[in-house]
Amino acid sequence: MTQAYSPGLQVRRQTLHSSRRILPIPGDVLVKVGEQVSAQQIVAQTFMPGDVTPINVANQISVAPSEVPGCMLFKEGDEVQVGDLLARSKGIFGFFKSETKAKTAGTIESISHVTGQVILRGAPLPIQVRAYQAGVVKEVIPEQGVVIESEVTFLQGILGIGGEAYGTIQFACQTKDQPLTEELLDESIKGKVVIGGARMTGTAVKRGIELGAAAIVSGGIDDEDLKEILGYDLGVAVTGSEHLGTTLIITEGFGDIAMAERTFNLLKEREGAEAAVNGTTQIRAGVLRPEIVIPMDESMTSDSSAEDVKATSGLLETGVPVRIIRDPYFGLLGEVGEMPTELRTLESGSQSRVLEVILDSGEKVIVPRANVELIEG
Amino acid sequence: MNSATEKKLDPDQINVILATDCGSTTTKAILIEKVNGEYRQTYRGEAPTTVEEPAADVTVGVVNAVTEVGELAGRKLIDENGEIIRPAQGDVGCDIYISTSSAGGGLQMMVAGVVREMSAASAKRAALGAGAIVMDTICSNDKRLPHEQIQRIRELRPDMILLAGGTDGGTQKHVVQLAELIAPAKPQPRFGGTYKMPIIYAGNQEATELVEEAFDEDVKLTTVANVRPVLEQENLAPARDAIHDLFLEHVMAHAPGYNKLISWADAPIMPTPGAVGNILQTIAERQGINALGVDIGGATTDVFSVFDGTFNRTVSANLGMSYSISNVCASATLPMILRWVHLNMDPRALQNHIKNKMIRPTTIPQTREALVFEQAVAREALRLAYIQHKEFATTLKGVQQQRTVGDTFSQETSGQSIVDNMKLNLLVGSGGVLSHAPNMQQTAAMMIDAFEPEGMTVLAKDSIFMMPHLGVLAQVHPAAALQVFERDCLIYLGTCIAPRGFYKAGKTCFAYKITGKTLNESGEMVCGDMRLFPLGDDEWATVTVEPRRGYDFGEGSGKRVEFKARGGTVGLILDARGRPLMVPADESRHLAELNSWVEELKLYPEVT
Repeated sequence: MTQAYSPGLQVRRQTLHSSRRILPIPGDVLVKVGEQVSAQQIVAQTFMPGDVTPINVANQISVAPSEVPGCMLFKEGDEVQVGDLLARSKGIFGFFKSETKAKTAGTIESISHVTGQVILRGAPLPIQVRAYQAGVVKEVIPEQGVVIESEVTFLQGILGIGGEAYGTIQFACQTKDQPLTEELLDESIKGKVVIGGARMTGTAVKRGIELGAAAIVSGGIDDEDLKEILGYDLGVAVTGSEHLGTTLIITEGFGDIAMAERTFNLLKEREGAEAAVNGTTQIRAGVLRPEIVIPMDESMTSDSSAEDVKATSGLLETGVPVRIIRDPYFGLLGEVGEMPTELRTLESGSQSRVLEVILDSGEKVIVPRANVELIEG
Repeated sequence: MNSATEKKLDPDQINVILATDCGSTTTKAILIEKVNGEYRQTYRGEAPTTVEEPAADVTVGVVNAVTEVGELAGRKLIDENGEIIRPAQGDVGCDIYISTSSAGGGLQMMVAGVVREMSAASAKRAALGAGAIVMDTICSNDKRLPHEQIQRIRELRPDMILLAGGTDGGTQKHVVQLAELIAPAKPQPRFGGTYKMPIIYAGNQEATELVEEAFDEDVKLTTVANVRPVLEQENLAPARDAIHDLFLEHVMAHAPGYNKLISWADAPIMPTPGAVGNILQTIAERQGINALGVDIGGATTDVFSVFDGTFNRTVSANLGMSYSISNVCASATLPMILRWVHLNMDPRALQNHIKNKMIRPTTIPQTREALVFEQAVAREALRLAYIQHKEFATTLKGVQQQRTVGDTFSQETSGQSIVDNMKLNLLVGSGGVLSHAPNMQQTAAMMIDAFEPEGMTVLAKDSIFMMPHLGVLAQVHPAAALQVFERDCLIYLGTCIAPRGFYKAGKTCFAYKITGKTLNESGEMVCGDMRLFPLGDDEWATVTVEPRRGYDFGEGSGKRVEFKARGGTVGLILDARGRPLMVPADESRHLAELNSWVEELKLYPEVT
């Protein structure tokens, strides 16, 4: 029988974490193995072939496509500037000649005698990869990128909007169940990673964007608010390329939902530290979760006794901490009690393998095994 | 050509068949054995798919799933080296091993054609028929400027591109122009940057040389026969075969462990949806019927149809019940979903509930409310996917049709949908929400509400999602595939009988008389009524219907019709809600009718 539970979100006070930073196409790696790098340092770069502009020269100078190569004033591989005369027709007895000029600069990639089309390729587009995680270069993958490793505090969220961002951790809410509202935000959040408590309201997010927050992290968000912020309804949870100016991360889910106590406390412990966050989420095979990476500093000890929940072995078994991720107990935390082997009939009428969750309040509830996720240390 | 295609198989020597389907999250394995001279599906197992770290080898998941089947069957299927044992000897090994795959998200393609409605449509049909998700269609008349088209090609990372355009001997300029657009875009493949983007050219054969000139060594160009050699004819098979070959040789070969899997298999590995299409075609062909199949998954909904021998398949890429559930709601709108919900629910909470399902897609409904809501969403996902399918499955566009005097008042033009609910004989449902519904009535109701079958239609479901396995098996052993399909794969739910015609409140729709061994009933159906009669599996009944004027069972408005209806686990359903199916606009009246349907079909009985 396959394991039906969802692997949980990682919330780790101290862990050896590595980031693989790879270029989309081959290029140059700018650092060496063993080198110490800062989060925003560029570690690899390359150039993408430039944008192309097709020009229908045959139409523009009113000649047959087969005549275009003979009318061109440049040849393949030549560079042209804006305003350069590209082609001139032969005219009639040398008169009534038509001309066309380049509207964009670039290199002539091809001249077609079939379609009369000329393809102009623009300057190469630079692509740079930052270190993202401050640490030591552990591995160099020639022409591709690097692996960076360091001891960090590492937290995963459930869904993010926007890509990578950097800033100092600053709290806006005092408790894990305090909603993040606009009144709690002021100019001091500019360039910061702002931590809320429960639901981040739509107006708070807009205020955060106006004030230039690097990122906002809170327990939940209302679907209606997210729709308004994005300007469209999020159809599938594949994100990261949005351009709001501020990266958003929710740690628990949609609706009025408080941040898990452990997540809140751990962030509180790292208040004032420099963090790298990434909202990129891909809930498909090869799942990607949004994350907050905070390199350890000298004030942090390597003592792991502060871990308030025992780390799980990745298996669902009696005693391990879990979060219920579906109604009617959505968001509640507890630990696994009994795990009956036989199928049970749910209120919905479905047959399912279930388990008992002993909630933090002491109450015991029965839920399908598919409806819990591990709280992973 | 991969090694699997070279193996020769003797169908008479095959007694034990092992089949796997490597899905994006789960690898399923089934065992088919010859029992008393008949092929039967006997055991089933599953394990997580392992294309990613730490295993990064698809065969690890296959071995795990096969091991589970072996343990259940008491048959040793894997040897000490972790390989499948063949041939079968006693209770060890199997005779053949076959597999399908959609691991890694399946095959993703871009198609390009000169005219959207003609060559591009044919290219799209070929790609979809081969089991691909079509990410975008580039054509000369798609209203985008050339630089926008190039930008789009650069943004997407398809596994391969199919280029078509022009009839053989026709104009060459436009298709070469398209090639010239694709070439400089320098499309990047999805898996890694080390292999060359495969491009299949299936256009005007006289332009082949010019198209070849347009591309440089950055791509791997394969030329096959034109998908539309003349206006009136499509020739999709060569392009479809080339897609399958390239899928095996390039796409799968780059996924971790696939080379090993390919070497294990006794038949070419097929994309999962391509295999499902094969089995549906086989069944429709053998029984001489029109059939429609649907597979509603977490991310996509695939619809397959065979009407008058013509096969069509569509993939609705973002209509699904988990990863894409939010997209279903965005496309259908919440009020359209709530028209299927007979319980009071808070719209704001529902919107958040949908998003929570999207971000935690593996959860299952625990409460009755959650189940009712998910099944309402499923109806809309199926309905939208079916609309897309009907729009796609058309007669050839651009072909002039001879019209007679009788057609004077008909507005029909070329390119009509060939999907006709009145001609549909068999409707097969598959996928979690249909296959795992707590009771069969719910499965039947979802299919009827979404597809609106007309006349007489037999309803069935795929018991444990074995259609992909049987699709591949149909390629190497059609008789075994058909036997297992009929005996173990299909569960007949019963028959739905419904007339075409508009709902008229309070009016009689049709009179009926049912005669059978255990069932003898007669009466009248008022518009909006649904009635369920028990008619067991393997039971048949004669149903005579006399529609009022304005209602049609296939013989014309008001014409009496007699049907031979097949029973099943649900029974015989008479549906007088009208087609197209419209629910009353008045909320209280709508709720009353909805509750009457729920009650009549016993959809959500109280669980004790």
